[in-house]
Amino acid sequence: MPEVTPEPTAPPAEPEEALTAPLVVEFPFTRSLGPVRGAFLTGLRERTVLGIKATDGRTVVPPTEYDPDTGAELRDLVEVAPTGTVTTWAWNPSPRRGQPLATPFAWVLVRLDGADTALLHALDVSGPDAVRTGMRVRIRWAAERTGAVTDIACFTPDDGPTPEPAEPAAHSGEFDDPVIGITAPARLDYTYAPGRAQSRYLRALGERRTLGERCPSCRKIYVPPRGACPTCGIATAEQAEVGPRGTVTTFCIVNIKARNLDIEVPYVYAHIALDGAGLPLHARIGGIPYDQVRMGLRVEPVWRDGSRYPDHYRPTGEPDADYDSYKELI
Amino acid sequence: MPALPRDIAVVAFAQSDHVADSHEVSEAEMVMPVLHDVLDRTGLKARDIGFTCSGSSDYLAGRAFSFTMALDAVGAWPPISESHVETDGAWALYEAWVALLTGEADTALVYAYGKSSPGDLRAVLTRQLDPYYLAPLWPDSVALAALQAQALLDAGLTCEDELAAVATRSRAAAADNPHAPLRGPRPQGDHVVAPLRRGDCAPVGDGAAAVILAAGDRARALCGRPAWIRGIDHRVEAHSLGVRDLTASPSTRLAADRAGAFDRPVDLAELHAPFTSQEIVLRRALRLGDGVTVNPSGGALAANPVMATGLIRIGEAAARIQRGESGRALAHATSGPCLQQNLVAVLEGES
Ligand SMILES: [Zn+2]
Repeated sequence: MPEVTPEPTAPPAEPEEALTAPLVVEFPFTRSLGPVRGAFLTGLRERTVLGIKATDGRTVVPPTEYDPDTGAELRDLVEVAPTGTVTTWAWNPSPRRGQPLATPFAWVLVRLDGADTALLHALDVSGPDAVRTGMRVRIRWAAERTGAVTDIACFTPDDGPTPEPAEPAAHSGEFDDPVIGITAPARLDYTYAPGRAQSRYLRALGERRTLGERCPSCRKIYVPPRGACPTCGIATAEQAEVGPRGTVTTFCIVNIKARNLDIEVPYVYAHIALDGAGLPLHARIGGIPYDQVRMGLRVEPVWRDGSRYPDHYRPTGEPDADYDSYKELI
Repeated sequence: MPALPRDIAVVAFAQSDHVADSHEVSEAEMVMPVLHDVLDRTGLKARDIGFTCSGSSDYLAGRAFSFTMALDAVGAWPPISESHVETDGAWALYEAWVALLTGEADTALVYAYGKSSPGDLRAVLTRQLDPYYLAPLWPDSVALAALQAQALLDAGLTCEDELAAVATRSRAAAADNPHAPLRGPRPQGDHVVAPLRRGDCAPVGDGAAAVILAAGDRARALCGRPAWIRGIDHRVEAHSLGVRDLTASPSTRLAADRAGAFDRPVDLAELHAPFTSQEIVLRRALRLGDGVTVNPSGGALAANPVMATGLIRIGEAAARIQRGESGRALAHATSGPCLQQNLVAVLEGES
């Protein structure tokens, strides 16, 4: 899963309500195209529509590198017309984000003249009464074309004559400055809800308390709690405060700066067993040179004003914990 | 289907109530009661299970590896023998069935869950489409199903009244399904994407389901009347929508044939049709006659926890065999746009 940008958890509306927060997942998918899809998308940039001959002689548009039935490799490109026939349609009264047109339109599958298969796109017409299966349509090219399926802005009705069926002409697929990859941005919006146990944990954390939950069977205290004991598979419901101090059980040194994170490298990220907790949580260690952090180091949370979670953990100055006291938690 | 090395049966099925919005619980909190329910039905403990397999999708949750969080509900530590499919749980059941066939395990726990409420399912499902030719246009799941429905109307294979009748029959049947959010008929409503109306579309909801499989005598010991899996197969259509005949489902026909569905008639079918028009396609592909009871649970049109809806079809069919209400049942699950991938299982009770 690509990069996730969490936003701050909303303050509680009601004390017992489970928390929710907006969560935006955005990712630019960068994909290489290969010879067939690359030729097709470069062709669109040049207002040329290419298809490919399948094993059974059909012309497949948009083209794939493999036969749709047998999977055999295909390589014989042909050029088809920018006009075609609607094979099925659907009226979209409420266009959604990212779709080809912002005003109501028809989704259409169009068999371009010369093709034997259909291409999905939008048809710009005034209303559903202006669409029917079998109607003639023509590509409206986008003003700015980059080598993407959106170089076809949409289809529009075409009142020209229907051409006689003809075998499409071969095409080399070669263009100047071929497109070899696309970047397809995507954004999905969520309302993240962490559930009951984590809501209780996050609320307590806002009060600078670390609230775990105890398994009724094995008696371990889980923090952060997720509502279940992963060993026993039963619900944890009894809350128990742990920490605030804890012990570094293991750690790593981070040498590469993360995007959107304003922390100087190198720094230490550690597993910390809070006093009383049945498994460690992880956090950054500060207030000590990175090369002096060690297993067994005793640490405590450092809070910043207005923050709902510890910024980092720092040494308490206590003697290091004995290995036997935390070895079960590594 | 060639003779199977072992007989494997569904011995228990459980599901949550399916709701439009489950924001008050995490995935683990939603799944756990269902796992406890299905285990209780057999007397098994999680530790007794030989293989565990789940189905879900990170894209519904908007979180990477979200299924690992739900595993907390199983009690997966110390490590268990476990796997996951990033699709409907019916395919997790297929994997578990294969694992049991090998003899590696005698029992399997299969579960599936979906929380669609955090996101916008119609947008989320565009991300499963061809990334070069389709995904940049953001064609949503209802739009693609509507293209298929119009193709059926144009071909004279259905009419709007028949689609409405499918919706009415499904929701009337769900009156007896306490887990379904849509119980009882409701108006067809406005077009979402014409020709599909609100009533033609499955509700989008959150929920979970679980099934226990067992082999041979183990199954007989765990269940009075096991639902034996006589055959199960899954097949896929050609990748491009514009290459397919959207009015037919050759992959469903082939999967059914391989699963032995046509060897003898079934008396009941649970079909995974999130749109009324897709039930029309499936009935033809599966050659279901009027004598077959279709979706007595209400089907996906009454309850649709995405990623669990297909597994629930197998569970519902098995539960009816276990209760003696069916002798031979067909269960179908689908995934992808316009019935892209299809799984068919044939279940029987012992007479
Ligand atoms: Zn426990």
